[in-house]
Amino acid sequence: MALLEIDNIHTYYGNIHALKGISLNIEKGEIVTLIGANGAGKTTTLRTISGLLKPREGTVKLNGEDLAQYKAHEVVYKGISMVPEGRGVFARLTVTENLEMGAYSRSDKAEIQRNMERVFTLFPRLKERRTQVAGTLSGGEQQMVATGRALMASPSILLMDEPSMGLAPVLVELIFDIIQQINKEGTTILLVEQNALMALGIASRGYVLQTGQIVLSDSAENLKKNPTVQKAYLGME
Amino acid sequence: MQSLKRFSWTDVFMWVVGAALLTLIVVGSYLTLQQGKYTTVQWFDLAVFGLAQGSVYALIALGYTLVYGILRMINFAHSEIFMSGAYIGFFVATSMQRSGFLRENPVLGIVFIFLTAMTTSAILAILLERIAYRPLRGAPRLVPLITAIGASFFLQYTFRGLFGTQNRAYPEIDFIRGAIPLFGSFQIQKIQLIVIIAAALMMAALAFFVQYTKTGKAMRAVSEDKSVAALMGIDVDKIIVRTFVIGASLAGAAGVLYCFMFRIVTFYMGFIPGLKAFTAAVLGGIGNPPGAMLGGLFLGIFESLGPTLFLDGLGIPAPYQLKDVIAFTMLVMILIFRPTGILGERLSKTKA
Ligand SMILES: Nc1ncnc2c1ncn2[C@@H]1O[C@H](COP(=O)(O)OP(=O)(O)OP(=O)(O)O)[C@@H](O)[C@H]1O
Ligand SMILES: [Mg+2]
Repeated sequence: MALLEIDNIHTYYGNIHALKGISLNIEKGEIVTLIGANGAGKTTTLRTISGLLKPREGTVKLNGEDLAQYKAHEVVYKGISMVPEGRGVFARLTVTENLEMGAYSRSDKAEIQRNMERVFTLFPRLKERRTQVAGTLSGGEQQMVATGRALMASPSILLMDEPSMGLAPVLVELIFDIIQQINKEGTTILLVEQNALMALGIASRGYVLQTGQIVLSDSAENLKKNPTVQKAYLGME
Repeated sequence: MQSLKRFSWTDVFMWVVGAALLTLIVVGSYLTLQQGKYTTVQWFDLAVFGLAQGSVYALIALGYTLVYGILRMINFAHSEIFMSGAYIGFFVATSMQRSGFLRENPVLGIVFIFLTAMTTSAILAILLERIAYRPLRGAPRLVPLITAIGASFFLQYTFRGLFGTQNRAYPEIDFIRGAIPLFGSFQIQKIQLIVIIAAALMMAALAFFVQYTKTGKAMRAVSEDKSVAALMGIDVDKIIVRTFVIGASLAGAAGVLYCFMFRIVTFYMGFIPGLKAFTAAVLGGIGNPPGAMLGGLFLGIFESLGPTLFLDGLGIPAPYQLKDVIAFTMLVMILIFRPTGILGERLSKTKA
């Protein structure tokens, strides 16, 4: 049984049929990437998994349990954490307060303390900035806050929506290193990226999404070699 | 082009009005002070009264601002939440007065009045949120605003229907009457001191709560971004209810303090203080709690000193009658010249 099983979900915004029957599986310990053009439905897929949107049809199962009955704020208690598109840091809260909000679902003080230290080890920069209001941080630092904040919930699976967006190449490298490190420490990762080359570089498998449907699904190696992918997402002719 | 032109004319006109008012204030104050009709003691009394009244405004204003901060909605029924607490507190006070309890155990009695008033207000606010506002979450902003005004009338007329239209005299609580002498001929009314201290304590408690507790931080998180807050595991609806409860409790407490000061209860008693508190919240920058506190205190003092200071010297008879005119002129002026309030801009819509 896969850790996360998504079976034939259809998600709508009003009348707009954004996801048209998406199925995907993620095994424990994997990094899986979901790539696709603007408006393909990547964010919508993550929002559906995290419970912010409810699919009209289909199921999302974590460890075999159907998540349909849970509201968005309950899903995180099940072990799913998300780094939202555009980071979504709480601009008027300090770095520490942002991290504390990430740990909202945790009640064990020692665990929260441990996670906080882990985040500060992953991102020493955040430790320096911990009393600073997050809105005044740079984009890269905000991405660190958003990532650290998601880790504060001790997730079993981390959903990341375009963590490289708007970052300088060095920072993108850094974030991707951190993603690999988080994964090595035992967290499964579903990575949404426009930067397909880098995403396929660290993922074991990938899915290609096009206008609300999965059009390709293969190992990262094969996807990198696939001519369609090369043309559409890797910018090769 | 057309609209730009018209806009600038309105602008010019408003600046002229603003400048005229400012001149009036400056000249009036100068003349009043020059005539020296009022003693320092009188000015002091006015200032302390203003501070006490302002404390009440501040407590009510916090309710407007907290709810606005979290829902971007002006809860116009908040003035009736204030009135309800005051009214039910009045019944408790009256019956305790009759039984003699309030004379024998004044402190306990007063605490009990506060508890009932605050509980009443809180319960009404919970019902209001659940029945009138929550189903409209996500509707265009005008819709809950209209509902709030409807709810305000509903509550007023319910109280009117239940308890009549008469003005009721609040029981005289000896414990809180009288004056405390300070130096020289300066003195301070006991009740005003109580109001100021009680309000200060409650505001300090609120500031601590919002800054340091888990719920307080969650309130701030929800006010910034509800979806992301939900992703953190925060039950947004629960936090919204708590916000209403906190705002309403403060309003209920303000209702009791208001009654202690003015000793009168009616079904429409919420309207003017509610509007004043709203002014205070806007003055401080709506959505900004410290702003609401400052705005309330400022408005209270402005309104207490203002009429005498600005108008007396101009030879206007009975200037104190004009204190509401002054307060609401100020509301209009802020809305025109500085809609973000004194502490402005903290509610920026853009997020990094
Ligand atoms: N709130 C919304 N209301 C209506 N339609 C929406 C909404 N959000 C997204 N959509 C539509 O749903 C589709 C999928 O959007 P989604 O945000 O999931 O795309 P995406 O793959 O994340 O794109 P991007 O790479 O630009 O982030 C798009 O056609 C979009 O216009
Ligand atoms: Mg997206």
